[in-house]
Amino acid sequence: MKINDVILRTVVKAVVFIILTLGVYLFFAGHNAPGGGFIGGLVLGSAVVLLYLTYDIETVHKGMPFDFKKVAAFGVLLATGTAIGSIFFNVPFLTQAAREFHFPLLGETHLSTVMIFEAGVALTVIGTLVTIILSISEDE
Amino acid sequence: MIEKILLISLVLFMIAIALLLYRVIVGPSMPDRAIGLDTIGVNLISSIAIVSILLKTKAFLEAILILGILAFIGTIAFSKYIERGVIVERKSNR
Repeated sequence: MKINDVILRTVVKAVVFIILTLGVYLFFAGHNAPGGGFIGGLVLGSAVVLLYLTYDIETVHKGMPFDFKKVAAFGVLLATGTAIGSIFFNVPFLTQAAREFHFPLLGETHLSTVMIFEAGVALTVIGTLVTIILSISEDE
Repeated sequence: MIEKILLISLVLFMIAIALLLYRVIVGPSMPDRAIGLDTIGVNLISSIAIVSILLKTKAFLEAILILGILAFIGTIAFSKYIERGVIVERKSNR
């Protein structure tokens, strides 16, 4: 029997980009407002799960050829790897630094190494979430 | 005055969620339960919006967005499970 889900596929094509935008906004808002790496990673991961629900595993793997276990492992490596910088400056473990920079087009920008740590957390959450969903929803 | 109206509507939303909870638990068929869960999500979004009006804050707007996304994905997953019995397919047959 042929399955007709044109409406779902058409809606999801637009909605996935809205969800990804919200995830990236939550990731960058995390410094002074609700948000951060964990919640941003959860929203980004739910966008990937929505793609897996609407399409099938082979179609999504054609577009995103990642092994999500390796994504989670790389995220943990990145998050703990930010601790290496604190060794060279004789400060406590996992100390993070922040500074104001002046860019030509953007003006005064607040940059900190916590961003790299948060990116690692987000990658870990995406990898773990997608791996769990794919493992528990597999038939046989 | 407006505060009283908002409080009354909040109480009505809570009563609606309680009735929907009855439908989710007892509901004779599975589509009833899926529709009930989706409507609970919509009612939760509305009551969060009313709470944020009452408290005069913008802090809950992200919670509304995320709840909307999760209710959408949950409803799709439930209906796909009811319709086909499998949630994530390995290869679609078309």
